[in-house]
Amino acid sequence: MSESLENRGFIARSMTWINERFPWTPTMEKHASKYYAPKNFNVWYVFGVLAFVVLIIQLVTGLFLTMNYVPTAEGAFGSVEYAMHEVDLGWLIRYAHSTGASAFFVVIYLHMFRGFAYGSYRKPRELIWLIGMGIYLVLMAEGFFGYLLPWGNMSYWGAQVIVSLVGAVPIVGADLAEWVRGDFVLSGITLNRFFALHVFALPGVLVVLVFVHMVALHHVGSNNPDGIEIKDKKDEKGVPLDGIPFHPYYTVHDFFAVMVFLILFCVVMFFAPEMFGYFIEKPNFEIANPIATPDHIAPVWYYTPFYAMLRAVTFPLFGLDAKFWGLVVMAGAILIPVALPWLDKSPVKSIRYKGRISKFMLGMLVISFIVLGYLGTIPPSGFGTATAQIATLVYFSYFLLMPWYTQREKTKPVPERVTGGH
Amino acid sequence: MDETNSSPVTRRYLLIATSAVTTVGAAGAAVPFARSWTPSEKAKALGAPIEVDITKLKPGEILKPAPEWRGRGIVVVYRTPEAIERLEAENRRLADPMSKRSVQPNYAKNSTRSRRPEIGVYLSQCTHLGCVPKYYGEAKPEQFDSRWKGGFFCPCHGSKFDLAGRVEKNLPAPTNLEVPVHQFENDTILHVGVDTEEFDE
Amino acid sequence: MSRFEFVNRSKYFGSLVVVLLGLSLWGASDSDWELEPMKPNLRDKDSLQRGLGLYVNFCLGCHSLQYRRYERTAKDLGDIPKDLMLESVIFTGQPIGGYMRSSMSKEDAKHWFGAAPPDLTMVTRVRSPKWVYNFLKAFYIDDTRPFGVNNKVFPNVGMPHALLPLQGFAVEDCFGYEAVDLLELESILRERKLEGILTRTDRETTFEPLKPKELREPNCPELTTIPDSGLYNVEQFDQAAYDLANFLHYMGDPSREIRTAMGGYVIGFLVILTIFAYFLKREYWKDVPKSPPRLRKEHTSEH
Repeated sequence: MSESLENRGFIARSMTWINERFPWTPTMEKHASKYYAPKNFNVWYVFGVLAFVVLIIQLVTGLFLTMNYVPTAEGAFGSVEYAMHEVDLGWLIRYAHSTGASAFFVVIYLHMFRGFAYGSYRKPRELIWLIGMGIYLVLMAEGFFGYLLPWGNMSYWGAQVIVSLVGAVPIVGADLAEWVRGDFVLSGITLNRFFALHVFALPGVLVVLVFVHMVALHHVGSNNPDGIEIKDKKDEKGVPLDGIPFHPYYTVHDFFAVMVFLILFCVVMFFAPEMFGYFIEKPNFEIANPIATPDHIAPVWYYTPFYAMLRAVTFPLFGLDAKFWGLVVMAGAILIPVALPWLDKSPVKSIRYKGRISKFMLGMLVISFIVLGYLGTIPPSGFGTATAQIATLVYFSYFLLMPWYTQREKTKPVPERVTGGH
Repeated sequence: MDETNSSPVTRRYLLIATSAVTTVGAAGAAVPFARSWTPSEKAKALGAPIEVDITKLKPGEILKPAPEWRGRGIVVVYRTPEAIERLEAENRRLADPMSKRSVQPNYAKNSTRSRRPEIGVYLSQCTHLGCVPKYYGEAKPEQFDSRWKGGFFCPCHGSKFDLAGRVEKNLPAPTNLEVPVHQFENDTILHVGVDTEEFDE
Repeated sequence: MSRFEFVNRSKYFGSLVVVLLGLSLWGASDSDWELEPMKPNLRDKDSLQRGLGLYVNFCLGCHSLQYRRYERTAKDLGDIPKDLMLESVIFTGQPIGGYMRSSMSKEDAKHWFGAAPPDLTMVTRVRSPKWVYNFLKAFYIDDTRPFGVNNKVFPNVGMPHALLPLQGFAVEDCFGYEAVDLLELESILRERKLEGILTRTDRETTFEPLKPKELREPNCPELTTIPDSGLYNVEQFDQAAYDLANFLHYMGDPSREIRTAMGGYVIGFLVILTIFAYFLKREYWKDVPKSPPRLRKEHTSEH
């Protein structure tokens, strides 16, 4: 403070002026230039940043879509087609948003897999994990509400089927479904409330949760593929020996990753925006028709694993019907990763040093998830249902047997310092 | 990867180059959003050129009802030979007699501000704050002006325009009434909002 | 106009249509009729223009293209002049900037067909251009159906064969021509109030039976068009069906051409930026000391 301000450059003086009133430089240091991240991140560590990029894409394109959208049963479909046919480059904004929706789940699922594999949910990162699960749930709701908005026939019937699920809740189910719809059938009234939730409420919640997720992460520091706490080994200045400043090293690293991602994103957006019916389903090019169900109703791909589990439950139990248990299984499957921090009893975090059973179970989890995802897109069949039942068991056994197999198996020694990397 | 030491110069140039290309990319990414705000096909269709039948227009009168183009009224005035004479003569009271600061197609940059001396086509929107000026066609003393020579009077803030839509000095409106792009297909059909240059004038 | 008077005459017939259509329009699923390949070509502006001409003459009466304007279509299809559009494309008296709506009101349509004929702006996206092409070629004479025709691709479809004057009479091959006494057939069709379509053909109707009668089989796999029964021969009609499907392919996603062209530039730009980003990353990471290689069970030595 004693040095004369006049001798310094304008920018430096401006920064001082700001920092006396707002902690700009300390914030930047805490979250970027003096945030030390492990130097051995591999490709699995880019999906968090990519999810953030997709969030921005969705917020901006969503904002501009709202400018042309009419949230009524009469106007919704036409207004989307208006954006597609009549607004200059409106089709690009719409395809960016629809491609972004699927891209969001692609990167989030890969981001979550990273957490599964390297034990990112373990102490002291339980809260980061829980907040992340919160983000995931909000995202699923966001996708669900958003899918109704184009008011295509698949929008309508997809929402119809899922809202009807609420009806499976014993005793109050029917009233609850009616309350969600605000009508006796899915109608423009439902569309209005879904619209409000999709463009106003949930994005707000999402942004807040993402912020909190990152604050928590930067408080405890990042995990890494070895599952070692780099903060345990610091130099005399208190800098982790295996840490490098996020900025500039990971900013340039992640910038490169974002560019590669954007190339893939643009390939889909410009050349296959429907992604062969997986990102935009064919019946959604027809306006919603409450008296004609599409030949085959399948949710968008990112829900299909859970949809397949829902359909896999075909038998009543304890006097409650299969529909209810299907709902329980589906909700359970979505929510069970919440318990991971307390199910994993392994002495090591990373899959690299876990035993064979863990590796096998993780592999089976991935396979069962993909198989269920595929089964959810095709019409039900006897063989399909049996396969889905087995895959559901495999999925749940990963979680429910975890306390047992993580304690029982022999783990490998964890190195003192991080390995591998760039 | 080789372990050669980093070079500050290379690093600097790379940083500058990457930043420059990124800036171009960011600007490009903004283009779709900016362009989506331009008038859509729907707006353009609603703002398409209109055809006006001027068969019923008589000397000394304006066309009624006023045709509408892009949500604004169009005043089509049929001037008498005397009125045209007056327009060519008198210009001391006018703020912009030669239409230097006003908006009109080049073919209307003359003393009658029109393609044809007798027929004037103007947006009936005062250049001050957008009120609709009223037509007082006859040269006779009016309440607002004892030396009135015929023209348009804006009731909102008292701006006066002559029969060629030229504004008088020292009044709120800064410029003359705007002349929309127009053309005459023949003596009875007027197109507003288009000039295909296919009809001789 | 006369095309649509027919359905209004008999209340009985009307209600039959309503019932059948209610069942057929939505109940019909995909048949196992083998679809011929069809490759749309948006560069072929002649084909697209012919498709537009066919569409406004034969389809737009019932099926609107309500998300599209004439003007933009004219521009995209190779700058068709405004006068030509007004003269030979726009029959509904709409301005050139108007939507391509059908002249039939929704109430009338519901009354006649039981359900309003769907808008076809995006039919090739709900189905596919190939499906549309094959559908147009798969109509055949079936006197059990309310409109006297049936369709192999969309069984029991609830619409008349609008292109019949062009194609002429297609019959199930196994059915045998003898059974199709054309005069009788024509009287059947007249009875089914199709003269609106028939009068548009302006042709002689004398035909010889061509093939000995065979037993009628269900699901006959072959269709044959009776020669000279329509204005077009088989190749011409195939071309017409192609042009229509091609035109509807354009209609479903009019931004397709600019989208793919733009995509090439954007991705090219991103690739350049990615190369810069890669070298920048590599340059900065020269500062970072390498960690020891990962220990694996199989390869414990450095790679």
